Amino acid sequence: MLDFIQQLVSGIALGCVYGLIALGFVLIYKATEVVNFAQGDLMMLGGFFVFTFIGLMGIDYWLGFLFAVCGMAVFGMATERVLVRPILGYPQFSIVMATIGLGYFLRSIAGMIWGTDDLRIETPFSAGVLKIGDLVLAHDKLSVIVATVILCAVLYAFFNYTRMGTAMRATSENMLAAYYMGIPVKRVVSLIWAISAAVAACAGVLLAPITFIHSNVGLVLGLKAFPAAVLGGFGSIPGALVGGLIIGVIESLAGFYLPQGWKDIAPYLVLLVVLLVRPQGLFGLSMRKKV
Amino acid sequence: MRFIFKTDYDQDIRILKHSGYWWSYGVLLAVMLAAPYLLGSYLQSQLVFVFIYAIVGVALMILTGFTGQASLGHAAFLAIGAYTAGFMQSLGVPFIVYFPLAAILTGVVGALVGFPALRLHGIYLVIATIAFAFIVEEVLARWESVTHGNEGMRVRALDLLGMPVPRDSEAFYYLCLLVLVGAVLLALNLLRSPTGRAFVAIRDSETAGKSMGIDLAAYKVKSFAISAAITGLAGVLFAHKMTFISPEMFTLLLSIEFIMVIIIGGAFGVHGAIFGAIFIVMVDPFLTALKDDLPVLVASIGDSLGMSPEAAGQLREKLAKIGSAAGLKGAIYGLIIMMFILFEPYGLYGRWLKVKLFFQLFPLYKRATFKRQKTYVKSERNR
Amino acid sequence: MSFFTVDGISLQFGGLKAVDNVSFSVTKGEIFTIIGPNGAGKTSIFNLISRLYDPTSGRLFFEDRDITEVPPHQIAKLGIARTFQNIELFENASMLANLLVGRHCHATTGLWQEMLFLPGVRRAEKEHRRKVEEVIEFLDLQAYRDKLIAGLPYGVRKVIEVARALCSEPKLILLDEPSSGLNVEETDDMSFWIRDIRSELGITVLMVEHDMTLVNRVSDRVLALNYGKVLASGTPAEVQAHPDVIAAYLGA
Repeated sequence: MLDFIQQLVSGIALGCVYGLIALGFVLIYKATEVVNFAQGDLMMLGGFFVFTFIGLMGIDYWLGFLFAVCGMAVFGMATERVLVRPILGYPQFSIVMATIGLGYFLRSIAGMIWGTDDLRIETPFSAGVLKIGDLVLAHDKLSVIVATVILCAVLYAFFNYTRMGTAMRATSENMLAAYYMGIPVKRVVSLIWAISAAVAACAGVLLAPITFIHSNVGLVLGLKAFPAAVLGGFGSIPGALVGGLIIGVIESLAGFYLPQGWKDIAPYLVLLVVLLVRPQGLFGLSMRKKV
Repeated sequence: MRFIFKTDYDQDIRILKHSGYWWSYGVLLAVMLAAPYLLGSYLQSQLVFVFIYAIVGVALMILTGFTGQASLGHAAFLAIGAYTAGFMQSLGVPFIVYFPLAAILTGVVGALVGFPALRLHGIYLVIATIAFAFIVEEVLARWESVTHGNEGMRVRALDLLGMPVPRDSEAFYYLCLLVLVGAVLLALNLLRSPTGRAFVAIRDSETAGKSMGIDLAAYKVKSFAISAAITGLAGVLFAHKMTFISPEMFTLLLSIEFIMVIIIGGAFGVHGAIFGAIFIVMVDPFLTALKDDLPVLVASIGDSLGMSPEAAGQLREKLAKIGSAAGLKGAIYGLIIMMFILFEPYGLYGRWLKVKLFFQLFPLYKRATFKRQKTYVKSERNR
Repeated sequence: MSFFTVDGISLQFGGLKAVDNVSFSVTKGEIFTIIGPNGAGKTSIFNLISRLYDPTSGRLFFEDRDITEVPPHQIAKLGIARTFQNIELFENASMLANLLVGRHCHATTGLWQEMLFLPGVRRAEKEHRRKVEEVIEFLDLQAYRDKLIAGLPYGVRKVIEVARALCSEPKLILLDEPSSGLNVEETDDMSFWIRDIRSELGITVLMVEHDMTLVNRVSDRVLALNYGKVLASGTPAEVQAHPDVIAAYLGA
């Protein structure tokens, strides 16, 4: 039983990271119908930014965190401006390929700058543990869960209660109509990319104590976060988180209870089964084209 | 400019529309047939890879280009073809049996993948195919009695009716060429018959297709099965060319490479698959050559421009250092993909058509002919 | 039984009754028009007939055959073709390819034959092309034969959709707002063609239309709908004089 809870908690912590990356996918997809395959690599870049600020430059953890998130937001905006804006409206698959290209590029550049070794970042949460009876829960895992909850609450409030959030939702429904209603669509889209990259950076920073940072970490985790977003129903923010949690927990439990090898494919098997039953994912809306 | 006066339905149906086609494709075929005797063994070997990639490109063209069903799982079909060859060969089954058998087996698997795909659209389908490919990769790694797991599997030289066809021989080259030509003809035949038109109809409007009498389920499954079967054939050739196969050769990255073949080539015609395959296979040796020669070249240019020998030497060292950095190839790869989608959305074949039109209309060519109109995004989710 | 009968059909989306117990029948060789304000359920009826939607209750009969359970892709084969309100052509294909897809329900060749393009396929292809040319001739579309749909103006696309439906050699053609988005001259042409479709090709026409001039000019009988319910049916003049119809349109 104790083992089960330990595995469950580490699954949830992992799931939160997947959920945060998935959240980035979903934000961008909702606003621009662009599927950003490089989202995991943005997270990786966020992790390296934090490493540079904290590990190499010796800045305070929280300040470094802030710098990294801001830096990634700027990077996200730049990506939108240079790569995404010119190809908006292309067939979806072309855009997917463009972001796959971006992923290749970022991985290689990161490898060239920071090397290909596994890097570790010391954080305030790296060492401590919380003991509840016999249960031992590491601070790093709890910190991920708490931070995810806070981040989601903030994003939820932003989208539902602010003017900019409403503008973003309008843009995601129909860009042209939003433009005619006086919404600065270009700025809105830029901002969405900034937010999405910032969320990815948070994921990268939170991930740092759990695992090492290396140039392929984004690819590995991104390929788990993607099924998470699809499982939840691409385009649904709560879906992304729930999907992330499901994938994380399944992976963690499968790794513990099932023979070797199941850990990596169990999430995909579950995904396929869910898609067979509900092709639009758990929280996705099934809409048919009107004729 | 050539004007064609049509007096017969056959003129539209024919693959080679007029005498110009006979000439150009005849010359191309002759060059391809003569190539093993003109080129060195290295280039001949590269051409074999071009053929194999082009076969997969044609297969993907049928599925993605014509039917509009995206797949990032084609490496798995290639793997199934390759492992069928390896396993059957180890049982002593002759090539002429396991070659078609591999196609049938992958075709059946493709149809099985096609069934869930019936209800999935766009990104959901992409993810489902990725998931499928991961599962196949894992199965190959674990099913050790057949696949030898992660250790990999040796594939002996191809034996065609008692005649050995080693991987570097001219015969192997011609075999690959033959399969490619066959696949191309098959794709073109489909395109000019009801099935191919049904594929295109599914790509452009499922609702209208349904109302015109197209059984969406049947045609999507057919498209998946045909595409997978052709990829399976490529897999057999791939296994014999590599002589060693292991699960980590058939990862997502290979699937991405296949998709790049049709995106870079131009995803709207069979030509694109060939152009794309040439590009993808040749970019690697090209980059390697560039890495070795570019620093020397730049330095010598600097020299001739009056740079001091020491400065030129330093420049050469610096460039060589950047060139030998570990991840450079990946970065250039990524840049190429992005550049193509940004600046050449119709691929190499599209560029070829533009250049051709430029000369056909010579003084009158207008740049705006191919200019993209301003687009905006309206939710595609409502379908 | 008559040529085509809709018997007490209903369609419910959640709490909304889009079509509510609608019955009518169309006799062979007539032009039957459904009118009604926006959202009255006209296109829903078409989608029910072409089996894109499953009715909540009620039945459809075509030539004494119950077609309520027939899968959508077999409707064309039975002889019912349709056009769409907002044009559903295959954008990235030539007009000729579009019209040839219209012939799909008459395809007889198998996959293997087609892959090898055996002589039988060639023969069938020529026959399809001959039929398509007849339709091109009929609707005056010669100029666009090899043009991509994506580059053609709206009015032309509208005609091409009718042409694609005609290529399947239907017995009943469903036209969903054939004049929407057309200018006065194009609407005039369309009204001639609709009459020609009936008189020269002998195809029964069932259409949804807003333009009352066109309705008066071509239809034999009219059915008026509002909120999914039948208000009135009869000749165009009768229906337009019906107090319920006037109330529905003028909001009295």
